[in-house]
Amino acid sequence: MVLIKKFKGALISGILLGLLFAWDAGKGLEAINISGFALTEMLSIIPPIFILLGLLDVWISRETMMKLMGKESGARGVLLAFFFGSATVGPLYGAFPVAAVFMKKGVKFSNIMIFIGAWSTTKIPMLLFEISSMGAPFALTRLLVNIPGIMIMAWILDLMTPDSEIEKLYERMERM
Amino acid sequence: MRIIYLYGVSALLLALSFHKSREKTKKALKKAWKSFSKIFPALLGILILVGVLLAVFDADFISRIIGDESGWIGVVLSAVVGAITLIPGFIAFPTASVLIDNGAGYMQIGAFISSLMMVGMVTAPMEAEYFGKRLTLIRNLMGFVFSFIVAYVIGKVVGGLWF
Repeated sequence: MVLIKKFKGALISGILLGLLFAWDAGKGLEAINISGFALTEMLSIIPPIFILLGLLDVWISRETMMKLMGKESGARGVLLAFFFGSATVGPLYGAFPVAAVFMKKGVKFSNIMIFIGAWSTTKIPMLLFEISSMGAPFALTRLLVNIPGIMIMAWILDLMTPDSEIEKLYERMERM
Repeated sequence: MRIIYLYGVSALLLALSFHKSREKTKKALKKAWKSFSKIFPALLGILILVGVLLAVFDADFISRIIGDESGWIGVVLSAVVGAITLIPGFIAFPTASVLIDNGAGYMQIGAFISSLMMVGMVTAPMEAEYFGKRLTLIRNLMGFVFSFIVAYVIGKVVGGLWF
């Protein structure tokens, strides 16, 4: 039962895949191909990310992390949140476990939101790639709109979330 | 390339950590495994779903709805497709450039790329496990709305209306 609950998402997706197959076998095969590719991507990118995460968790003390990105960290905290989010590779789902460790270490909530925003959109390796395929005007315009956009959205998210809920989130991360 | 560098850095740090303290390194690896096994089931579901969605919303389908003349309706549709799908950037950008060569508009592509990255309907259940339903909903909605701002500016700048 626990197993079924855990793999509920996979089960539902599997059923959808079956339906796609019944509807159009060619499309079904295409879907399997794409999933296989995405799975390989995940399995190749995730181990180093999680190892780095484990090392961060064990070696960097809460005090250090709080000083760098905590409540009193100011502009430096914002810059670091952007840097950590932008310097990494991997899809957005990789950002959540990292954010959980950051929160356990006392990183400020708005900096967590900036980190998630940066991870989703302003990755440095991706930027170079974007410039080469879409051209510099496209990539740089997007970057220039995104940087203030991410900060404003982080600020709004921070404002819209009551302190009591933020506190609950930090407690929840302890169990992650 | 990026992956090699990522592996290099983590191997180096792991070795350094092992040299400094065997105990702590073991603990770090245990924590790494614990966080991984926690998200793996959800991830598996996501990856299967991504395959299904991309097989349905293929490049053909996308280019049909986001031509240069499709205007704001095209922008909305591309933002919706971007929000639903989950495509890694190194596939999305070349695809987008092919779409533009085939007549897609910059504004529509801007909306697509932007919502593709900021909004994750497929990953939302996982995001909610960490951040709760309410925050996940607000963050994704804001990202969705924001992608229209990005689209507008991209359309003006790259579409050549401003410079």
